[in-house]
Amino acid sequence: MANLTDLEYLRLNRWNRFIYRFSHFFTEKLPNGLKNFFVGTGRRIAGAAKKVGAECVDIWSTFVNGDWKTKLSFLVMGFGNLARGQILRGILFLLFEIVFIFYMVTTGAYWLSMLPSLGLQGPSKEYDPIYDTEITIPHDNSFKILLYGVLTIFFIIAFIYTWRVNVRQNKLAEQILKSGKKLRSGREDLRSMVDDQFHKTLLALPLTGIIIFTVLPIVFMILVAFTNYDGAHNGYSNALFSWVGWKNFDTMLNWSNNSGTQSYSATFGEVLTWTLIWAFFATFTNYFLGMFVAMAINKKGIKLKKVWRTILVLTIAIPQFISLLYVSKMFAKDGILNGFLLSMGWISQAIDFWGDTANNGLLARIMVIVINIWIGIPYLMLIVTGILMNIPADLYESARIDGANAWQQYTKITLPYMLFITGPYLLTSFTGNMNNFNVIYLLTGGAPTNAAASSAAGAVGFTDLLITWLFKITTGAGNYYYLASVVGILVFVVVAVISLIVYNVLPSIKNEEDFQ
Amino acid sequence: MSEKRVEPSSAPVQQHMGLKASRAISNTAIYVLLVIISVIWLIPFVCIVLQSFRVESTWQVGYVIPQKWGLDNYRNLLQTDFTRWYLNTFIIALITAVLQTVIVLCMSYTLSRFRFKMRGPLMRFMLILGMFPGMLTMIILYRVLKDLGMTQENAVPGLILVYIASSGMGYYVSKGFFDTIPKSLDEAARVDGATRLQVLYKIILPLSKPIVIYTILTAFMGPWGDFVFARYISFGASAGKNVAVGLYDWLSKDQINKSYTMFCAGGVLVALPVTILFMCLQRYYVEGVTGGAVKG
Repeated sequence: MANLTDLEYLRLNRWNRFIYRFSHFFTEKLPNGLKNFFVGTGRRIAGAAKKVGAECVDIWSTFVNGDWKTKLSFLVMGFGNLARGQILRGILFLLFEIVFIFYMVTTGAYWLSMLPSLGLQGPSKEYDPIYDTEITIPHDNSFKILLYGVLTIFFIIAFIYTWRVNVRQNKLAEQILKSGKKLRSGREDLRSMVDDQFHKTLLALPLTGIIIFTVLPIVFMILVAFTNYDGAHNGYSNALFSWVGWKNFDTMLNWSNNSGTQSYSATFGEVLTWTLIWAFFATFTNYFLGMFVAMAINKKGIKLKKVWRTILVLTIAIPQFISLLYVSKMFAKDGILNGFLLSMGWISQAIDFWGDTANNGLLARIMVIVINIWIGIPYLMLIVTGILMNIPADLYESARIDGANAWQQYTKITLPYMLFITGPYLLTSFTGNMNNFNVIYLLTGGAPTNAAASSAAGAVGFTDLLITWLFKITTGAGNYYYLASVVGILVFVVVAVISLIVYNVLPSIKNEEDFQ
Repeated sequence: MSEKRVEPSSAPVQQHMGLKASRAISNTAIYVLLVIISVIWLIPFVCIVLQSFRVESTWQVGYVIPQKWGLDNYRNLLQTDFTRWYLNTFIIALITAVLQTVIVLCMSYTLSRFRFKMRGPLMRFMLILGMFPGMLTMIILYRVLKDLGMTQENAVPGLILVYIASSGMGYYVSKGFFDTIPKSLDEAARVDGATRLQVLYKIILPLSKPIVIYTILTAFMGPWGDFVFARYISFGASAGKNVAVGLYDWLSKDQINKSYTMFCAGGVLVALPVTILFMCLQRYYVEGVTGGAVKG
């Protein structure tokens, strides 16, 4: 499609404009974006390689040009600091090196050497004369090997980084002394920790927590996707697990792996489709209905605004598990609602909201979306109320003078403004809904069961999202951890792709500094 | 206002009356709608409260208003492990509220105020990290905590650790708040010789009361509702459960018929303090939510 100039674009009617923008995205923006992405990545890799080269040259020149203190520091970290009177830094460097070497010699080398095989000797059965029976004696532990292997690699990276800092500091110290200035004392170092280096002090604790409790587990779980770690290979007491390459991705994504029962890929496709449908409806029904409720409460002439708002906000305060579980039981086959309808004589048979498998569990799917509206509207009402108050009142006034009715005011002023401001929020709320474990698991637990798919892994139901499926796989009979991590990685890929596209299309991703 | 104005001709007056009438109609419609909405939103909670006082049967029944009222359910509740779960959750919530607030504030303040080389990459890295489903980390965290002896009966310290360790990633809302405090305040104090630390606790913190309260409130409320991690880490041991896990099990197929009303009573006891606290601090919550959404 040809590129139109602004004037030509404005001459189009609304429908053609939409077509133009839509096709423009796929013919122009997307290819360009992809091209930029790959070119950018290539450039970044080249830049990184260049940087590493520069670092190496710098290290080498530091060694060649440095004095004997610097040279010795290449081997004994912190020696230069100690020799030049920076006792505190020197001791810290030296201590780190000693701890590192001690760790590597005592255990680190073992974990690292076992990492390629994930353990050589599995558990063995031996006769125990005391109990007069065969007992299992575990030997290598694949789980620990993988975990500590990754940890050791982290540690080595940290050591290399610290060593580089050590070398750079020696070079700097030499230059400073040569120019006749004085080096920083330990006391000044300590003071700088709450002053110009304060950000490092502040970030130390949060980042340590994130690295140990998020980064390390995620790296570990990504690696698990390439092993056969499951309930029958727990790496310790029954059998070791080992590397299997891309086999698990093949199992999950290959359509031809169809052995009588439904393949994983078909199940994955079904669950992914429902996850996207769910996320779409959960986000936008909440968004528009929440906006509607907020505007109704904010309308001029409506009294008791505070009361209405408080009633809705009250429902945020009550822990979700109580309201969700209770509502789930309300709609159960023997729940209050069915009891009420039966006793009124409006229905002759209890409606099985959570068990009806007709039309791929359509009833249950509609119900979770509707109940999610009940959960979500109060939040949206709060958010929208805040934003509505920021829309300049004179916009509406001039629109009214020009004769715009309420609907026109809404579509021409309120909606564009809202969409512009809340664009990023809509995105996070969409991805958040894709991973909305609580609502689905507490309401339906994935029910009604999908008879065709449940043979694959875990009892997959029609309302199961990828995230609840993942949970079911790990807690299900076979504990297929490797499949769970494949699903987890795929969730990441889907979320990342959606975010990337939306971020590139949205107009309202503003420069961060604009707010300050 | 418009009534006082002298209308030059009759036509605008008529129009005015028409407007007024249509406004009255639409307002009535809105009132009706709001009443319906309020009823729908409150019904489940009214039902919970009513059924928690039901004595004649502990089953799920098809009517709402109890035939016989009494406090039996609450009395029975005290005979079960519920008190233990309640205490567990309370301790977790209290400690998490304090530590998580410290961590989140450290993180958000730094990312809002300091410009250092790794800032951009760090924020991008955490954004990407946040796209991984957190549940994935559960498997390994469980095994590691088990090795440390912090699962099952001793799930409380384990859960606290899990909640606070990665809380630094939820810095967005409070960073948005810090961004709105003018930087000139910092600079003025720095010129006067204050260290960065002094700037933080003498100037920024006193101005940040709303966001501190918001962070404490959300951190305190989180553990009351957490289900997945608590269930996984307290796996099978009643003494380590929190209220969400304990009450969930009461609604399982084999228990619902004898503990349904007890679930309602437990739900009331859990919701009561959290709701009261929330209503008292509602203003700060609203500020945080609206600010956070706008700034993304």
